[in-house]
Formats: sequence, structure tokens, C-alpha cells
Amino acid sequence: MEKVLVIDPEKCTGCRICEQVCSVWHEKVVNPYRARIKIIKWEMEGKVLPMVCRQCDDAPCLEVCPMDAISKENETGIIFINYDKCIGCRMCVSICPFGAMSYDFVDNKVMKCDLCDGDPQCVRFCDAQAIRFEDKATANEKTRRKAAKQVMDAVN
Amino acid sequence: MAMNRKIAYINLTTGEIKTESISEKIRRLYMGGRGLDMYLLYNHVPKGADPLGPDNAAIVSAGLLVGTLASASSRTHVAAKSPLTGYLGSANVGGFFGPEMRQAGFDHLVIKGKSKKPVYLYINNGNIEIRDASDLWGKDVHSTQTMIQEELNDPDVKSLCIGPAGENMVRYACVITSLKNAAGRTGIGAVWGSKNLKAISVRGTLDIEIAHPLEALEYNKEIIDQVVSAKVSKTMQKLGTPFIWGVTNSTGLVRTRNFQLNQLTHSDDIEPESIEEDMIGTAGCFGCQVHCRGKYIIKEGDYKGTYDEGPEYTSIGAFGAEVGCRSKNTVLVGNHLVNYYGMDNLETGSMISWAMELYEKGILTKEDTGGLDLTWGNDDAVIQLIHMIAKKEGLGAILAEGPLRAAEKIGKESLQYQIHVKGMSNLHSDERPTPALALNVAVSSRGSDHLRGRPAIDLYHLPETFLRARYGNPVPYDGPLTSDFRDYEGKPWQVIWQEICYEAVDCLGICKYHTVFLGPNMPAFDEWVKLIYLNTGMKFTAREIWDAADRAYTMERLFNIREGLDRSQDNLVDRYFDEPVPLGLPGIRGRCIDRKKFAKMLDEYYERHGWDEKGVPKKETLKKLSLEKEPSGLL
Repeated sequence: MEKVLVIDPEKCTGCRICEQVCSVWHEKVVNPYRARIKIIKWEMEGKVLPMVCRQCDDAPCLEVCPMDAISKENETGIIFINYDKCIGCRMCVSICPFGAMSYDFVDNKVMKCDLCDGDPQCVRFCDAQAIRFEDKATANEKTRRKAAKQVMDAVN
Repeated sequence: MAMNRKIAYINLTTGEIKTESISEKIRRLYMGGRGLDMYLLYNHVPKGADPLGPDNAAIVSAGLLVGTLASASSRTHVAAKSPLTGYLGSANVGGFFGPEMRQAGFDHLVIKGKSKKPVYLYINNGNIEIRDASDLWGKDVHSTQTMIQEELNDPDVKSLCIGPAGENMVRYACVITSLKNAAGRTGIGAVWGSKNLKAISVRGTLDIEIAHPLEALEYNKEIIDQVVSAKVSKTMQKLGTPFIWGVTNSTGLVRTRNFQLNQLTHSDDIEPESIEEDMIGTAGCFGCQVHCRGKYIIKEGDYKGTYDEGPEYTSIGAFGAEVGCRSKNTVLVGNHLVNYYGMDNLETGSMISWAMELYEKGILTKEDTGGLDLTWGNDDAVIQLIHMIAKKEGLGAILAEGPLRAAEKIGKESLQYQIHVKGMSNLHSDERPTPALALNVAVSSRGSDHLRGRPAIDLYHLPETFLRARYGNPVPYDGPLTSDFRDYEGKPWQVIWQEICYEAVDCLGICKYHTVFLGPNMPAFDEWVKLIYLNTGMKFTAREIWDAADRAYTMERLFNIREGLDRSQDNLVDRYFDEPVPLGLPGIRGRCIDRKKFAKMLDEYYERHGWDEKGVPKKETLKKLSLEKEPSGLL
């Protein structure tokens, strides 16, 4: 079963620990600007939203890559970059509609979320559970149940 | 390495900027953050300097572990000679400024002189630029930060700034980052205002290298689990610090009516559960899973629809209990206004409640107040006075001067109604039934304060065996310890232990909710040994961390003594001794501090610190802490 990251912006406290641990896991340094996930904030309005790769079914980054350096793993659905093939043209960065493909200015390479070998560190460290790792097919169930509860409460 | 961050000296008179490395030698002596700031303050501010003059230094720093894999390592420290007290100015703030400043390449900034026109500093990946802030002058704290982001075309820029209160040199103006993360106490904002320094803005993309990254990651998880599993953290995650006000009000340990009463009855509207109804969630500082900052939208009145963060315990005290108001709206609006203007909520509320008692006693009349009716619980008058203080209008101009100067201006018996230590107002809690907490307030190095050494866990009636394990590490202690918060025995050592603990955590740049403040089993010296090693590679023993913090705390004492402090100012106002608390639970009601026993506690406190009976550090203490040659000019 494919698992995906599920974001719950209402629970996000904006602490950015996801950025922190992501950069340590991948680059062995703390540097939120080299993380694969980013909390976008409108701080003065109290609004926050974690932005990360959606591992799209029909991924524009994969389609646009002239070197076939990006591929989707069948079993997990994770979209990978093959750095042996990548020429650093950043077409994938340009085309990603979520801005989730980014460029590492230290190692000069494109980078994206690879779900940390199946144990996403952002999920592991987010005590508020604003980001969860759930089965793709049932990822909406919690939201559906929550919405149903609201409806029921209104009806009753 | 995280340790290669630099110190910058910025002269606003000449525009000269100099940067230097920070040696490992001085790191080992003071670690960083507040500790190293104290060294800089003692070495860079000349004796007797005018706090609002160009000789004062505005110091800003990030702690040793800020931005690393140490949970809640978000803290920035600011220092200067205080324009409120004339002694130590020191305040601490969370948010995201500190980590960003480190990513921009700096750990410490020492800002001297005075700019001819308003300026702000822009620090980006090792570069420091002094920029014109003429269009920012007069702007509130929130607009200032947004305008800087727009000017630099970068929403990730983090700013620490002053509002109109700092510009007007209200003596308890603060510096704020984001909505309400305030380095609130001792009036650092007024120092910035005196220098025409509107803001410091930072942006950096430099790596913070971690000595042992994957081990540090795992240990961070352990620490987080240790912290968030505590019940106190779970409550904080939901209610923020208002919960502390709620529980202490129910026991009778808060202040109302300027310290006349110790409990607010019919307080339903400002209890944490009621505040929670207006909250739209909570916010966390960098990497923190306790996320205690409430987010709220004002639901009614003139400020309907306004978004802000808080309120903390102190805003409920300041604009609720202390002034006899029972309206959530007043608390939320008052909290918003002090954030907007950039001034300390605690001092603001204390000055207003003092004025109200003077009004009650007939020392202030409507003639003095410009027609304002300062009867207890007059919500409109409280809000009106906040505006007047920030703008220094009418009575507000007097109250903006802080406890001692305002009392001098008003005269009569007004001083005897001031609830302060060393010229700084007390927290809105009542320490008359709790000798340990009272001692902490009396001796705190920056004037009356709970965040310098409050042994809050003394209230929990913990078993003596537990207390002995806690307070006997890392320095052996075989003196008395008792579980009863009403006792005087053993309390001096608890205060000292907490002072060194809080100093250490401020040197590291970790939040106090991640150490032994509210939770007895929170991380402390032993955990910090591992955190420092895994993150920086530096090997400190628990005792060496203690010694570095002790050195810094003693440096604070030396600074205060140099500026004229003596034993008479390690004291409490008469109400602590003469007026027993009238309300509260049995065991609290009817208690006050015994003068003789207090003096004995103070003697023991000095002795255990290695200070003489006048409170001056002894020669052998200075030698032991390598302080005998200060100022030594290493930085």
C-alpha cells in the first residue's frame, strides 16, 4: 500500500521542527533552507501551511526531466531523483506547481522529499500531528469523519 | 561548526562595523547567550553610564545551542544597562530570530553610540548593513516587521524591533519579534530607542553544523518525549500560561488591586477555560513541541477582528486581576496594545494598578488623571492608560517613567504603594505565603523577577528524597531541605540552584519550559552535558556547566554592585512583612513573610553564593570563578 504525507494545517504550530530534522536527516546539518519541507507563514494573520512534495500520480517534474533522472517507484509511489543522470538543469524546479522541488545551493543539486526511507522524520518529530504518514487510499478518512461529526452535531 | 559564529561590534555614531571570532576559551568560561552577554556588558559599558546615552551598549545574542538539535533552542538574549532600574538590563525572547541570526553568521552583537537618524540593521549571511528606517519610525511592532519584509522583498526575514513605546523611551519598552515574542523586562526597548535603532533584521542560509548529527537527532527525540510527556506540558500545549494564573488564583497566590488582595473572585471570564474559547490554536517557537503561545481573535468591541498572540499569565494579571477587571475583552485588548506599542505588559499593568490604588487613597485625583476615573475595574480607563503611557501623554508620561521615578514625581506617600524590587515591578503573583519564592523575588539580579530563580516546584510538596536528588546535583548539598512551601529552611539553596539552572539554560538558549521550572523532572545539567557534546562537540561536565553559569551570575552581581547596588536593595516592600494575605486556601490565608527569618535566609543565601554579609562576592569566590581580573577585555 502506498503511504503519503497528510497535512493538517489547523494543527500546525509553525515551530518548523520538520524543516530542522529534515535537513539533518538528509544533509547532516541544521539548515531549514536545505530542507525538503517548508512551513509557509502569514505570521501576522496567524496562518501557517507546511508545503512538501505530493508524490503526484502524474508528476510534472518526472515528465519534464530531459534526462529521465526522475522516476516513480511502483511499490511505494515515491518519486526519486537519480543524481547520476541529473544534469542540474532545474526544469523540475520550474515546473512543480507546489514549489516542492527545490535547489540545494550548497551541494548544487535539486532536491525533493523522499519520505526518509519510509520513516519520514517530519512525521516522527511533529508532536502536534500536523503531518501524518497514512495509506493513500484511506488518507481522507479522518477528515471525512470529522466533517461527518460536524454535520451530525448540526442535525442533532 | 555551530561554534564558528562571530561577534560584531557596531557603532551607530560612526557607522563603523567590526567582526571578530569568539574563542573556545571564552566559550568555556561563559558558554554563550546571556552568560557571554554579561561578560560583554561588564566589559563594554563604562561605570555610571547613562542608560539612555550613547555609552550604553545594546547587546543581542543567540545562546550556545540555538538552532541546533536541542529542543526549544530558540532563545535570543538582549542586554544593556537598564533605564528602568539603573542596574542590570537583561531579557530573553523566543520565536525565530535567534536561529536565523545564527544562520546569518552571528552569535553576539554589541551596538554602541547613537545614530543621527532612525536606522535598522540588516544582517544577511555574514554581512551587516545599517539601513535607513525613517519611514519605519512611528510604526507599531507588527507593521514594522511586515514593512521590512516588503522593503527587502523577502518574507523569511526575521526582525527584532521596537514600537512607539521604545521610540518614546518609555522606561519599560521592550523589543519584540513576531507578534508577541517580547524580551520584555528592564526596558531594553528604550535603550534601542535612545540610539535611534528601530530594528535588527536577520536572514541567513548558512549551515549550522552538528558535531554528531544522527545521534543528536535521536537524543533530541528523547528530550522531546521527556518534556511533552509531563502533564504540565500537556496543559501548556492546550491552554498556554493562562493555566498557571488559573491554578494560582484558585489557591490564593495571585495579586489583585495592587497587592491588597491575593485572589480574584468572580473571575470566570478571564479564567484559562474562558480564554480558550477565543483561541484559534497555539503557536510554537523554533523546534518547540510545547507550543504554549495562544493565538486569538478579539470577538467584540473597538478591536473586534484583531488577531494577536497570547495572552500570557502576565497579561491576565496586568489587565485583569491587578486592576480589578474581570473582562476577557480588556485582557485581550490590553495584551494586544502592549504588543502593538512594544512595552512590557507586567510593568504596564503594575503602574496602572498602582495609579488606581493612589486614586483610591486620594493621592491622585481626577485633576491628576485628566478626568479619568481610576476606580478598580474600570475597563475603559485601563485601556486608555495603556495608550497614554505608550504615547507619554498626561498621567501616562509619569507612569512611563517606572516605579521609582513616577513615585518621585507624584510624591506624597505614593512610594509606599509601589510593589517593586530594585525599581522593577513584581510579577502579579503573591509570594507572602511562600518564603522561597519571596526570597527569589528579593534577590533577583535584574530586579523583581520570577524568571531568574523561582523555585516553582517548591509549591508541589515533593518528597524530601526527591528534592535532595534534584538540588544536590551537580553540586553536592547536605543542608536542610523541606517539602513545605511555608518553611524558611533550605530555601536559600533552592533559590541559588534555580538561579544557576536558569542562567545555564539562558546561556544555552533553551526555553525555561524545557528545564526545572514548572516540571520537576524536566531536563537539566546532566542532559545538557550530552546536548552540548552531541551538537557542538564540546565536552563540558555538569559541574563545568554549573561553574560557567555561576560565573555569569556572579558577573551580574558585580555589574550591579559597580552601579551602586547594596544589601538594602535585596529586599521586599513592607506589605510582604506587615500585611498577611487575606484570602486563599487554608495554609495560605493569613500568612506573610517574617522579617527576621527573611534576613536569616538572605544571610544564608549570600554565604552559600560565596558573597560577604553585604552581598559582595568574596575574593576567594572571584578567584575560584576566574573573575578577579574583570574587566579583562577578551572580547
